[in-house]
Amino acid sequence: MKILVAIKQVPDTATQVKVGADPRLIDTAGITWIVSPYDEFAVEEALRIKEKRGQGEVVAVSLGPERVKEALRSCLAMGCDRALHLNDAAWNGADTLATARALAAVIKQEQPQLVLCGRQAIDDDMGAVTAQLAELLGWPCASWIMEEAVDAEGTTVRAARQVEGGLEVFDLPLPAVLAAQKGLNEPRYPTLKGIMGAKKKEIRDVKAADLGLGAEPSQLSVVGLEALPPRPPGRIIQGDVPTAVKELVRALREDAKAI
Amino acid sequence: MASAFWCIVEDDRQGAPKKVMAEVLGAASRLGGGPVEAVWLTDKASDAGLKQLGEWGAGKVWLLENAGLAPYRSEVWAGALADLAAQQSPRAIFGAVTSRQRELVARLAARLGVGLAADCVALAMNGDTLVATRPVYAGKLIARVTWAKGPWVATLRPNVFRPAEAQPGKTAAVERPAVSLPPAVMKFVERREEVSTGLPELTEAEIVISGGRGMKGPENYVILEDMGRVIGAAVGASRAAVDAGWRPHRFQIGQTGRTISPKLYLGFGVSGAIQHLAGMRTSKIIVAVNKDAEAPIFKIADYGIVADLFEVVPELTKEFKKLLEK
Ligand SMILES: Cc1cc2nc3c(=O)[nH]c(=O)nc-3n(C[C@H](O)[C@H](O)[C@H](O)COP(=O)(O)OP(=O)(O)OC[C@H]3O[C@@H](n4cnc5c(N)ncnc54)[C@H](O)[C@@H]3O)c2cc1C
Ligand SMILES: Nc1ncnc2c1ncn2[C@@H]1O[C@H](COP(=O)(O)O)[C@@H](O)[C@H]1O
Repeated sequence: MKILVAIKQVPDTATQVKVGADPRLIDTAGITWIVSPYDEFAVEEALRIKEKRGQGEVVAVSLGPERVKEALRSCLAMGCDRALHLNDAAWNGADTLATARALAAVIKQEQPQLVLCGRQAIDDDMGAVTAQLAELLGWPCASWIMEEAVDAEGTTVRAARQVEGGLEVFDLPLPAVLAAQKGLNEPRYPTLKGIMGAKKKEIRDVKAADLGLGAEPSQLSVVGLEALPPRPPGRIIQGDVPTAVKELVRALREDAKAI
Repeated sequence: MASAFWCIVEDDRQGAPKKVMAEVLGAASRLGGGPVEAVWLTDKASDAGLKQLGEWGAGKVWLLENAGLAPYRSEVWAGALADLAAQQSPRAIFGAVTSRQRELVARLAARLGVGLAADCVALAMNGDTLVATRPVYAGKLIARVTWAKGPWVATLRPNVFRPAEAQPGKTAAVERPAVSLPPAVMKFVERREEVSTGLPELTEAEIVISGGRGMKGPENYVILEDMGRVIGAAVGASRAAVDAGWRPHRFQIGQTGRTISPKLYLGFGVSGAIQHLAGMRTSKIIVAVNKDAEAPIFKIADYGIVADLFEVVPELTKEFKKLLEK
């Protein structure tokens, strides 16, 4: 069974993010880049499916600039078999739809039985590409999955998705798209052997023209980025615990009207 | 009419619109960019629900009532909605950030070939176009975004937009358009309900209590649940508490958990790591109790008490009880 995992490279959550000289973009100086954490759950799940079946291929795909190779390399180190890098200036500033269109085109070429994504990329925080991919491919999808099981024949995947108040379980005929939620698994760390082996694995560059796509303007564009407006300064309530608690309750009721 | 602002109805699956609909309808009305209409896909609408949508300001309800719409499946819902949108050409289509709609609306935008702004916290008309504001980079920055063409498709973060005030007696015209449903591809197996804590759902609650590693163990969450029962709050946790196995994943607040925006957030033994803040920093009032005066959560807290949470929590529950019994 062939599985494709879509991964995005994003700034590490612990690093500071600042607005750049062009106020529509961030300042990338000094940023540490990582594979978006949810996408690591997706990679891990793909590897587990392959291992359980004892055969198959896991292909990592990412759209982004040259630095994205590093993220793909770490997916190869985790155990993915090969990688595709959608690397073309035509995709600069791609919104979720343009990204989904490019990924859908590469999926049509690769014809995997299953596509795994993350719940959301933690830079744009859209959580949209998975469902948009499914729509463009005409495939079923399940978002925020906590469990999955592919049947022995490789024709159906049973997925449990997290919803308000519980889990909803569905059978999806393959091919299908799934989006991983935290709790699906615990991603492995690459082993030394994995890291060494990754150097020999293929990362193939894919251009828009290879997919029969031209430059298309994004449907959604950023007008500007801003730092968060600071919250008004807070107040540390002094005094012994009973006194402080009484004052807190009074302030919540009378000043903040929050209770 | 090419000018309507559509609000997709989120309901409780029993025929009643959820309270987040008052927020979405309120936000759409305040834009003043055109008539506000609700679009309700359901297997069973209720008269009370239709009345409620009218009172919240929907001039019209497009009612797609069909047994095939339950349970929700994106391939069925997106197809039906896209057909109706093609017939009616709305100016904007808004949903709420819920498990169904965040997926549905993304799929719909792809079907219509238009832009999507997910998880918006503000909307404004700028001349003839809509500009949306949404947190990015885990809430460290705010992005203003706009669309190349309409309909403008967006989802709105719950608890952020001021709800429409109900206008008693105001009614919506109900239209039942002829829309055929695409075939369902996904087969429903089962729904596993969570063991109910009797407390509100995390993302819907107006008050959220959060316990971090300072709670010291799973057995201590009962003191937070006791407080929750007194003030009607949901009880969540930090990732450290979830990863320690003290709370199930669904209770995690933060970047890799749930995003919440309650009227009041009360954090106990939470340090306030950037990834936790990502999930709660749009809360209106933030209270922090931590025995470390240097804990970063105090930087964004409106009120803080530097003390042992095990002394503060019982005392606070007692005072809340006194206040609310009055
Ligand atoms: C990619 C990534 C994603 C992440 N996503 C999330 C996420 O979604 N949500 C999340 O929460 N974290 C997330 N984290 C983890 C985050 O970085 C922190 O590790 C975590 O939030 C810490 O949880 P905590 O505040 O409960 O624990 P700690 O940081 O250990 O803080 C415990 C606090 O309790 C206080 N305390 C201890 N005892 C008491 C007492 N008796 N009375 C009062 N105070 C006391 C201490 O002073 C301390 O400040 C993520 C991390 C990464 C790398
Ligand atoms: N540039 C990209 N390259 C590869 N996969 C992506 C890209 N952007 C988004 N994805 C996938 O789509 C998921 C959701 O992303 P988003 O809708 O941007 O929040 C991510 O977790 C990835 O699995």
